[in-house]
Amino acid sequence: MATFQYFPHTEEDIRTMLDRIGVKSMDDLYSDVPDGFIFKGEYDLPDAMSEQEVRDFFENLEAKDVKLKVFAGQGAYDHYTPSVVPYIISRSEFLTAYTPYQAEISQGTLRYIFEYQSMICALTGLDVSNASMYDGPTAAAEAVKMAPSCTKKKTRVLVSKTLLPNVVRTIETYAKYHGIPLGYLPVMDGHTCPHHMKAELSKGDVAGVIVPSVNRFGIIEDLTGFADAIHEEGGIFIEYCDPSALGVLKTPAEWGADIAVGDGQSLGIPMCFGGPYVGFMACKKEYLRKLPGRIVGETRDTEGRRCFCLTLQAREQHIRREKATSNICSNESLMALFVTVYMSLMGPEGLKEVNSRSYAAAHYLHDELIKTGKFEEAFNQPFLKEFALKPLVPVDKLQSKLLEGGFFAALPTEEGLVTFCTTERRTKAEIDALVALVKEA
Amino acid sequence: MPLSHWLRRPRNMKYYDKLIFELSKEGRSGYSLGFSSFQEASFTDIPADLLRKEAPALPQVSEIDVVRHYTNLSQMNFGVDTGFYPLGSCTMKYNPKINEEIANMKGFQGLHPLQPSCSVQGALEVYYNMEKALSSITGMAGFTFNPCAGAHGELTGLMIMRQYHLLRGDLKRTKVIVPDSAHGTNPASAAVCGLEVVVVKSNADGLVDVADLKPLLGDDIAGIMMTNPNTLGLFEKEIGEIAKLVHECGGLLYYDGANMNPLIGMVRPGDMGFDIMHLNLHKSFSTPHGGGGPGSGPVGVCEKLVPYLPVPKVVKTSEGKFDVVCDDEKSAGQVSGFLGNFGVILRAYAYILMLGRQNVKLVGKFATLGANYIKESLKDCYKLPIPTVCKHEFVFDGLVNDGSRKASDSETEREGATTLDVAKRLLDFGFHAPTIYFPLLFHQAIMIEPTETESLETLDSFIEVMRKIAAEAAEDPAILKAAPHNAPITRPDETTAARQPVLKFQDEA
Repeated sequence: MATFQYFPHTEEDIRTMLDRIGVKSMDDLYSDVPDGFIFKGEYDLPDAMSEQEVRDFFENLEAKDVKLKVFAGQGAYDHYTPSVVPYIISRSEFLTAYTPYQAEISQGTLRYIFEYQSMICALTGLDVSNASMYDGPTAAAEAVKMAPSCTKKKTRVLVSKTLLPNVVRTIETYAKYHGIPLGYLPVMDGHTCPHHMKAELSKGDVAGVIVPSVNRFGIIEDLTGFADAIHEEGGIFIEYCDPSALGVLKTPAEWGADIAVGDGQSLGIPMCFGGPYVGFMACKKEYLRKLPGRIVGETRDTEGRRCFCLTLQAREQHIRREKATSNICSNESLMALFVTVYMSLMGPEGLKEVNSRSYAAAHYLHDELIKTGKFEEAFNQPFLKEFALKPLVPVDKLQSKLLEGGFFAALPTEEGLVTFCTTERRTKAEIDALVALVKEA
Repeated sequence: MPLSHWLRRPRNMKYYDKLIFELSKEGRSGYSLGFSSFQEASFTDIPADLLRKEAPALPQVSEIDVVRHYTNLSQMNFGVDTGFYPLGSCTMKYNPKINEEIANMKGFQGLHPLQPSCSVQGALEVYYNMEKALSSITGMAGFTFNPCAGAHGELTGLMIMRQYHLLRGDLKRTKVIVPDSAHGTNPASAAVCGLEVVVVKSNADGLVDVADLKPLLGDDIAGIMMTNPNTLGLFEKEIGEIAKLVHECGGLLYYDGANMNPLIGMVRPGDMGFDIMHLNLHKSFSTPHGGGGPGSGPVGVCEKLVPYLPVPKVVKTSEGKFDVVCDDEKSAGQVSGFLGNFGVILRAYAYILMLGRQNVKLVGKFATLGANYIKESLKDCYKLPIPTVCKHEFVFDGLVNDGSRKASDSETEREGATTLDVAKRLLDFGFHAPTIYFPLLFHQAIMIEPTETESLETLDSFIEVMRKIAAEAAEDPAILKAAPHNAPITRPDETTAARQPVLKFQDEA
């Protein structure tokens, strides 16, 4: 038997084990499998590679991708990652552990989840957070699913059309199969239309409303009056947030939201072609028992020391099975550690600085792009790091020009606008280079 | 290795009591953004009532505070790299380090998920090749990688199942059959997908009872969810008959891939008649669990269900280029933000390339060999309810002699050691505990899964310790009841944690 580095079995070991079991060969261990089901063909896989061959293989693949300066957002943001974060999360004690079922030897995981929950509560101003969700869109879908169970007799959920398209589509998929009727709130001057919302709420069947804090045009939505209007009709107010932006923007709690969800990717997680990211979900304490997923709580051990454990597990699938609040089991624990370490390093000042620099860069870019004469203002609304413009030149031509110059920018919206985004990573020189290319388009 | 070695094991995990918030001091920070090339801006165009009143209560700590704090936290944790982790149904195999190196390559990490496909041909090729590789290993026709975990894969698979029936106008099929031994996620995923759960019982041999199944089948059945081998580690021998019956009634078969490991290289779900399945790349394909994610739960389907796979999907064009399709009329829909956990998929792909077609054939066999070896070596000390050959895992139903006794003239009454006590005592000897109290079919279930990456010496050490614990239980169960003695903490008070929830730092009195 050829040796392979992940299998420690020698011929002698295999013989010893087979003898103890009392069978002649490893094939005998499959004697209960009907013969027709034993695969006798050849797998359509390459020959086993050496580690160096694997390395070379992926370097070759990597070279087929084009490294671009990212001036796009739409749910994934090119924020800076402090060096400490990947260093800490690659520690094997965190990386190679399972869900912390054995609290006595999982205090590391349990403590960082508790810290993560605390930080999500600090950002959102809400009372409780779970241990994480898969990503922002699935967190939004789970929140939509929560609304009818929080409001009992009401069934319909209103979805703002200013949410990112992938968030809306994920909500639609979950709602379709779970059986939640949806209504839509149209865009009015780059905002969620409050008049339409009030009209829909007056129908009396609305369990919840989900709107973004910063929407797909980059506009910071003014949610004045939303909470009162929704609560008067007995509904749940769900806000979809960019957690990095919450470092400076009015919190979901201040807006009167009941549930806040979003994607933690903006807290320094590499874009990594879409994942792994981390969804977050926080809510008011009255909805604690409706919250999906793991929750970590503080307690004492038998010697009185402060410690942490998974708690309120009666909500979860392994206890409640089909009556659970959700089917979620594995979540994005290591990425929750990622954003916890990130927030620890940045602190309140760092988050503010990330936002103020992104803001400065975005407003500079915005003004320079208008000056080129190739765009018009789409909205006169406040924005942070992302904004939409009305292009006066063909979008595909503009995009390919930018792409040739090494920029990923000007993502089209369904209305024919284009969006740009800058983070604190974008320098003035990069912006000037991009604008110079736009002038040629 | 003598047992005394294990008893003398130094306590290398130490208790550390800080939370990061408790290290905070006004004015400290752990980041550097350098000089700004822009004039200082203070959100001048944003109305004040759109800004938060107070800064968030995040810690203010220096870089070294952060590094030491999380290093100290890590030392209270146990991972596969720390020691043997025989957690049943979780397939805690070794996580190869080349996988990490590949996933951390800068060129992959810097890709924006919405970049035009011409600029991400390498990344898209990873998806395409992985789809081919997993299809070959499982006997399915196509895969989606969009689900981020196993349960997410189950949900996606059931959405595909429903979409198939819905588009055929077969609207009555709202029930899904789930064995009583199934993972908890199965019925939970069915409920999230809007399906009613019908339970099929296990027979005395621990297998799906075909006689119990037959009357459940009808024109209201969307399908059945099974894992094979099942959660007792037993191969469902009647799968051919079950597949025939379910297909005859118009239903589909869903394969829960949590237990795929023993079948890798031996049996393919597609060949057993399964129409839809998920894999846990963080179980069978060696990617690390990360303390509960990120995982990846790709879903495979048979030929006729390929059009129902979720969007976005990666396709190969007639010119041999890779592209992303976002609209597809038959698709079950979008189930996550982008194309799933790319970083995890990269790791699994590196693993498959290392295995190659030669070594892939040995994964299942070695996993099964190890499980049977432990089972045969411990069955005199631990109750083995079903004494047949197992696959990658098996279930004991508690101790043969738990040490309990009734009061007599010379001795006081005492309680016996439970499965929980055995699990906690194992921690003292530097092993992670098996899965306990699951499956629910046995009251004192201990579910052991060693995986193919463990050596004979490791298995022997575990067996020796399990025997020692059984002997301790018979003699003095109190030792087990007070365990662990060597962990950073003793047992937590879970009741108080649930009754008076303290769920964030600010909740502390």
